[in-house]
Amino acid sequence: MALSGVEIFKMLPKTNCKKCGHPTCLAFAMKLAQRQATLDSCPDVSEEAKKVLGEASAPPVRPITFGAGDLAVKMGEETVLFRHDKKFVNPCAIAVEIKDTFSEAEATKIIEQVLASEIDRVGQKLRVDAIALTNASGDAGKFEALAKIVAAKASVVPTIICTENPQAAEAAAKLFADKRAIIYGANASNAEAMANIAKTNKMTLGVHANGLEELSALTEKIKALGVEDMVIDSGARKAKDIIEHNTLIRRAAVKKNFKPLGYPVINFMQRDDSLVEALLAAVGIAKYSSIIVVNSVEKWKNLALFTMRQNIYTDPQVPMQVEQKIYNIGEPKPESPLMITTNFSLTYFIVSGEIENSKVASRLAVMDSEGLSVLTAWAAGKFTASKIAQFITESGIEKEMSHKELIIPGYVAILSGSIEDKLPGWKITVGPREANALPAFLKTRAA
Amino acid sequence: MAFTPTKETYSGKVYPVTIGTGDKAVTFGGENVLPFNSFEGAAPNAPVIAYEIQDVPPTDWPENVQKPFAAVSDDPVKWAKYCQDELKAKAIALRLVGTHPDRENRTPEEASKTVKDVLAAINIPLIILGSNHAEKDSQVLIAVAEAAKDKNCIIGKAQEANYKTIAAAAMANNHKLIAMSELDINLSKQLNILITQMGFEKERLITDPMCSALGYGLEYTYSVMERIRLAALTQNDMTMQPPMLGDVGMYVWKIKETQAPESDLPHWGPAEERGIAWEAVTATALLIAGAELLIMRHPKAVEAVEKTIEELI
Repeated sequence: MALSGVEIFKMLPKTNCKKCGHPTCLAFAMKLAQRQATLDSCPDVSEEAKKVLGEASAPPVRPITFGAGDLAVKMGEETVLFRHDKKFVNPCAIAVEIKDTFSEAEATKIIEQVLASEIDRVGQKLRVDAIALTNASGDAGKFEALAKIVAAKASVVPTIICTENPQAAEAAAKLFADKRAIIYGANASNAEAMANIAKTNKMTLGVHANGLEELSALTEKIKALGVEDMVIDSGARKAKDIIEHNTLIRRAAVKKNFKPLGYPVINFMQRDDSLVEALLAAVGIAKYSSIIVVNSVEKWKNLALFTMRQNIYTDPQVPMQVEQKIYNIGEPKPESPLMITTNFSLTYFIVSGEIENSKVASRLAVMDSEGLSVLTAWAAGKFTASKIAQFITESGIEKEMSHKELIIPGYVAILSGSIEDKLPGWKITVGPREANALPAFLKTRAA
Repeated sequence: MAFTPTKETYSGKVYPVTIGTGDKAVTFGGENVLPFNSFEGAAPNAPVIAYEIQDVPPTDWPENVQKPFAAVSDDPVKWAKYCQDELKAKAIALRLVGTHPDRENRTPEEASKTVKDVLAAINIPLIILGSNHAEKDSQVLIAVAEAAKDKNCIIGKAQEANYKTIAAAAMANNHKLIAMSELDINLSKQLNILITQMGFEKERLITDPMCSALGYGLEYTYSVMERIRLAALTQNDMTMQPPMLGDVGMYVWKIKETQAPESDLPHWGPAEERGIAWEAVTATALLIAGAELLIMRHPKAVEAVEKTIEELI
């Protein structure tokens, strides 16, 4: 159970020595309770308090790094159930399955898709994060042969070694030494052997059980065997059960600080119908998966899932912003209109969408207003005549245009005179107040 | 440490809303748990997807979503029957986009005739939507609400600027009503209060907190819906208990990702699959956030979302 500030305060030295950088022990305790400070800032705390508070202040979902190098994936560290409460921390990884029953050509094709999957979206580089090798044949030799192909061709990609056979797991693990791979397949009957392999190879262990009770007992047992890093699978495969189990796991971790389920969740979501598989993956992204294993990674599907993941994992307290620049919509000619708005992402999406709908090729100047919408930015002094004039002048856009007319949002009509004063030679036109009136406005002007 | 599941019991529930008449009437809402959390309460009705059609040919839709309806979309009656008979639609959403002053500027009388013709041709429930022009909608929706009297349709959308006339028309002709506000839980609550203060029963309302497409503000709609649903359940806030609408198709099929050809953006993959996935993923996200009624366009997207709903309930 997470401790309150007052409960934590009772265990601190209560000397108000300020060595931790906070004015009083109580203030420090409050910060600890909100997870905004760590206990190591206090030099005088007792060993006993350290033990109790250390357990209580550890993140409810254990942080785990999966893979090594630039493509390593961080998992866990989540603290809430709903994204409007606080940012979801570590976006879930998408892993594609390669079975050891595939031919080398089939396996290579998927590896190539993974290696070429990186897409840039709103400034973030997104990709298929991992490969899951599965021992579908049940044969240890075939599994090792596949592991060799993957280790040779995709050594940088984080890998999940999926087998319930400890010998097969051990042989494959050797091929991914120092790669922080995941060995998935520990269950009630092979726990000791699998735990040993994970420990020896310093890898994370994927634990599989039937239901949450069995899963809790199993992670406790494996922890007692000396393995700290685990990812957990309750055995849920149907979407209804995945939502139920993932929700109960997250609640147990976050609301009760229940350690046996305080690990990242891995969900196997393979479906023959690729579109349905994409929708299940979308459910997992929204509902607490840390790793989603899929059958296929087509480009259209990746783009949709990466975007979904980006949307769900954005910080709800920081407005999404787009880059300050002059965007071309359609293929503007020198005589095409120039409009200006602010860089709040929703403002940009709505305004640019309506301009696209008008089918009138245009330029849209998007000014950095720290992610505020037009009226808010104006009220906050971030969308003013002098800043607009400076942006337009410095952009040098007039060299590409045959006219000097700037269309401003109707909500800031009041600025038109002062912008004209600060942009000599320019004509300032007041556009509509709402973006949905833009198509009519632009079409009428073009006619 | 033994595991005991943390189950939640909520004080509030979502109103169930029934639309249409006879044995093809459908009911959505009615749950007292978060979406698809039937392990801790009752969720008696599955979400419903309505096929979007319009009163004028969909020349403004991208080609990939025009194609499935190419043989029928010149006539709203044929189009509606195709959705009902061939696509097994559970409901139809007729958008009277041709009444917009910047479009064909059709009159309220013309719109009423279209509504009557469509109603005569189908036996599944009908959702009747204006063109999202506040002034024109209040004329058009009054007329069509009367034309569809006692057919238990949904009329929409009532917004802050025009809710009085539209709510009165829906009330007088025994319809349900969509109340739409723009991505703000407080505005949504306020509009529901204003409408119920006119004497409109809260059990006949549907909340539209405004849709946004995947990648284009979806997270705002997602969180507003999630917060509305939590307010309905945990605070038993009656103004937040109508079921919610995700008007997905219209918002999805106007963005770049559903239109740009693969030749321009090879790393995005084929445009047709991409567009369908975009609509289906947006819809799925809103279901998880709490939408009980969706309006969608592409048959393949609808089919995949229905399969997913089957797996979720």
